[in-house]
Amino acid sequence: MATQEAKFKVIGTRPIRHDGVDKVTGRARYGADINLPGLLHGKVLRSPHAHARIKSIDVSAAAALPGVKAVITSADFPKLKSGVVPLGELAMNPLYMSMNLLAHDKVLYDGHAVAAVAATSPHIAEEAVKLIKVEYEVLPHVQDVRSAMKEDAPILLPDVRTSGAPEKSDKQTNIASQVRFARGDLDVGFKAADIVVEREFNTAMVHQGYIEPHNAVAQYNADGQATIWTSTQGAFTARDQCGLVLGIPASSIKVVPAEIGGGFGGKIPIYLEPLALLLSKKSGKPVKLVMSRGEVLRATGPTPGSHIRVKMGANKAGKITAAQVWMAYEAGAFPGSPVGAGCMTILAPYDLENLQIDGFDVLVNKPKTAAYRAPGATNAAMGAETVIDELAEKLGIDPLEFRRINGAKEGTAQPAGPKYLRIGYLETVEAAKNSAHYKSPLPKVSGKLVGRGVASGFWFNAGFQSSATVNINTDGTANVVTGSPDIGGSRASCAMIAAEVLGLKAEEVHPVVADTESIGHTDMTGGSRVTFATGYAVYEAAQDAVNQLKQRAATLWKAKPEEVVFQDGVVSRTTNGQESMSLKELAGKLPRAGGPVGGRASVNPRGVGPAFATHVVDVAVDPETGKVDILRYTATQDVGKAVHPSYVEGQMQGAVAQGVGWALNEEYFYDEKGTLRNAGFLDYRVPTCLDLPMIETILIEVPNPGHPIGIRGVGEVPIVPPPAAIANAIYRAVGVRMTELPMSPPKVAKAVLEKK
Amino acid sequence: MATVFIPALLRKLTGGKDRTSATGATLRELINDLDRQFPGFRDRVVEHGDLAGSVAVSINGEVITGGLAEPVPTDSEIHFVPAIAGG
Amino acid sequence: MANKVLVETTLNGETVEFLCEPRQSLLEVLRDVLGFTGAKEGCLTGDCGACSVIMDGRVACACLVLGPEVQGKKIETVEGMAKDGENLHPLQQKFLEHAALQCGICTPGFLVAAKALLDRNPKPTEHEVRFALAGNLCRCTGYDKIVHAVMDAAAVMQGR
Repeated sequence: MATQEAKFKVIGTRPIRHDGVDKVTGRARYGADINLPGLLHGKVLRSPHAHARIKSIDVSAAAALPGVKAVITSADFPKLKSGVVPLGELAMNPLYMSMNLLAHDKVLYDGHAVAAVAATSPHIAEEAVKLIKVEYEVLPHVQDVRSAMKEDAPILLPDVRTSGAPEKSDKQTNIASQVRFARGDLDVGFKAADIVVEREFNTAMVHQGYIEPHNAVAQYNADGQATIWTSTQGAFTARDQCGLVLGIPASSIKVVPAEIGGGFGGKIPIYLEPLALLLSKKSGKPVKLVMSRGEVLRATGPTPGSHIRVKMGANKAGKITAAQVWMAYEAGAFPGSPVGAGCMTILAPYDLENLQIDGFDVLVNKPKTAAYRAPGATNAAMGAETVIDELAEKLGIDPLEFRRINGAKEGTAQPAGPKYLRIGYLETVEAAKNSAHYKSPLPKVSGKLVGRGVASGFWFNAGFQSSATVNINTDGTANVVTGSPDIGGSRASCAMIAAEVLGLKAEEVHPVVADTESIGHTDMTGGSRVTFATGYAVYEAAQDAVNQLKQRAATLWKAKPEEVVFQDGVVSRTTNGQESMSLKELAGKLPRAGGPVGGRASVNPRGVGPAFATHVVDVAVDPETGKVDILRYTATQDVGKAVHPSYVEGQMQGAVAQGVGWALNEEYFYDEKGTLRNAGFLDYRVPTCLDLPMIETILIEVPNPGHPIGIRGVGEVPIVPPPAAIANAIYRAVGVRMTELPMSPPKVAKAVLEKK
Repeated sequence: MATVFIPALLRKLTGGKDRTSATGATLRELINDLDRQFPGFRDRVVEHGDLAGSVAVSINGEVITGGLAEPVPTDSEIHFVPAIAGG
Repeated sequence: MANKVLVETTLNGETVEFLCEPRQSLLEVLRDVLGFTGAKEGCLTGDCGACSVIMDGRVACACLVLGPEVQGKKIETVEGMAKDGENLHPLQQKFLEHAALQCGICTPGFLVAAKALLDRNPKPTEHEVRFALAGNLCRCTGYDKIVHAVMDAAAVMQGR
């Protein structure tokens, strides 16, 4: 099935993306750009308290303000029961979803939404929100994950019991769930070790940091049908979540995915869509809600902070003999941190006999966490990849060689148990070792201490459902319609895949990202799944189109379908004179041949190929200020088959940049009242282009045997190694093992000072 | 016959066994067999008549998509793992 | 009752008149009053550069300028960069060729800021490019291809 040996004509080239001109001229329409006649503007009232009971809400003054057309609170939502509902790829609890959208009886974090208004201008809406009177009874709050696990911790949700616990208990708790992976014998393993390293880590909560805030425009019609325009990672996911939480059929909501300004997992959950819909229903007008940057940071879904303990042993030959991990991840106000993924990805690049990994999902008075690019894996890698570095260093083994000795390959059991199929981890280690970067001498920087670090990472990648149609135009070009919002250039890749199958040029295929009424069900854009799964659907839909084209040609030639072949955009007859026609010619003749040709496919593909990455970084540390500069960065990755190499490189470079921010500066800073103090881009400091050098990328193509084109997901794994690689580089520079993220200047300076 | 690896937190149910053999042409039948061997097992992985939303099943290294109706080939290796999506 | 002022300004070379409340920013005026949605709202505090415009030859965050302030000034936005219906500005063309955008939300701001840079410094070094664009945040690309695109555009514009 895999055609990785075939020579591709379009796949692997770098055409200009089809939506490019719209994006560079400012014509592309993102959610906040949408305008409709009579549009009202919404604003949300948010809790100033980290934890409080709502005693009363009085909206009368707000409703009476001239220009205000509707006000809603949680009373406008239907009453829902608790319980987990599978919603495509996500398991959701509708009651908790509803509580997060507009607080019920309690507010659980600074920024928790309490009410919303719609008015004729955004300024009036802001004034109206200030007129809503809420009476709070402030409760003790807890924001530290270990404190939240203690017996005497303030309880966030009284109904929560620890799911997955070996024994059921009826005690109230903040521990929402527990996971464990274990095999072999830890005691035997540690006894066999010549070196044991044990470290404790704390990582701070960070945000995906997309430049575009959340938005939603909703128009509710009197017949119960509604349209929502939103910058979302998944139109179908958004629709299903809205339907679930509003108690209306999902099919009554048409979701039009606007262009989206970044997501990284944070725009999979919904925050504004149901509010906009209810405000539109009440007012009879379309309503637009756009979050401010402060709201995005306070009240959307950052990734957990965590506490991680790693203990590992290795023998003189460099083989890891035992690994023990304990980690607690912040879920935020409602259950659902990616601690499971953290437990499954930590140590995934290695062949381990004896291991025990324990993970806990813990409620704290912070916003409900959401997915952030390889969710859970970066925190975990910070722990394991630095302990591995320490083991290697103490044994006198080069850190890449140490990884080669222990590296996973086909047949190795993952920490969670299943054995790998064909993977490319060792190839990434090899490539890092042979890179110009790794072979080059460490540069000298006057006044600074320089060090080089390496780290590896793993991510599963996802499959899930996608639909596609490929329609042949009368001029012999084609349209590809999919339901995957294009965040990073994926519609171009879809066009390229169809072009490859049809023998067309990339420019001759027109990709369309369709709304929920115009394409079959498609799961979200995320999980590194679009090129794999939607690409799979496009491939199959294009093959379907080819089959129809062959039948049409057979009709014209009065031949049998099996006598017709299609190759490189030309349909030919294998018998009776070997006639042939180009796709263009055949397209013109279709009305006489049986009608238009439209291929379609809907898939839920298996054969997902996981991804591995190994990164090398040189840093320069100012020992007085603690500032860390990135001098040089090289990211290697097993990318399967790079459909559009520029956008694969882009995924790697962008993820590295996020990893650098995570490593050196980004953190949520809460004060003693539980209020977020750095809810803006000035103090929530993400990397600027002055903070980074050029980022070298080495793409290794180990085709995924489970995919017709060999595609593996590429978008998430490159965010996993950076913080650990940088921590290892800092150690080589200044001799201090940093065990906290971020490794911001005050922390590094303090560590250097303490070492003296 | 398939080899089923028992998730660590369910080993209390299995008296500490970390793997077992089980029979079943489909995942549903296999889980029923596991429940016969270790009463209470099914309730930990099945909810509302379907695979629990937070649970995924890997057969021979591949996460399956057919739910409880998924055919189980002979001599398979079965793992129960947390369901992961991504971001 | 909202008091609106009449403002006359030059936008992308054309004289334009509009009504706005004094509390409306230039960003709001461009997007909601005049319908030019190229400049984007990312933070409203002048920290992300997504709303960058050129005002009398200098880069400014439109979110930090009030509507009435542009009376008599020259404003340039991304919508005015392309030469005509068939020819993009070299910066726009190079951004496409270098794949210097992924989600594209920061792209208008970068293009405007890069144009302002090249208008005053036609031969910037890599460091000068990074320094000039440090006020524009991108979360998708890691900036690598953006810097390459700007330097390549500079070369093209110089006939190099």
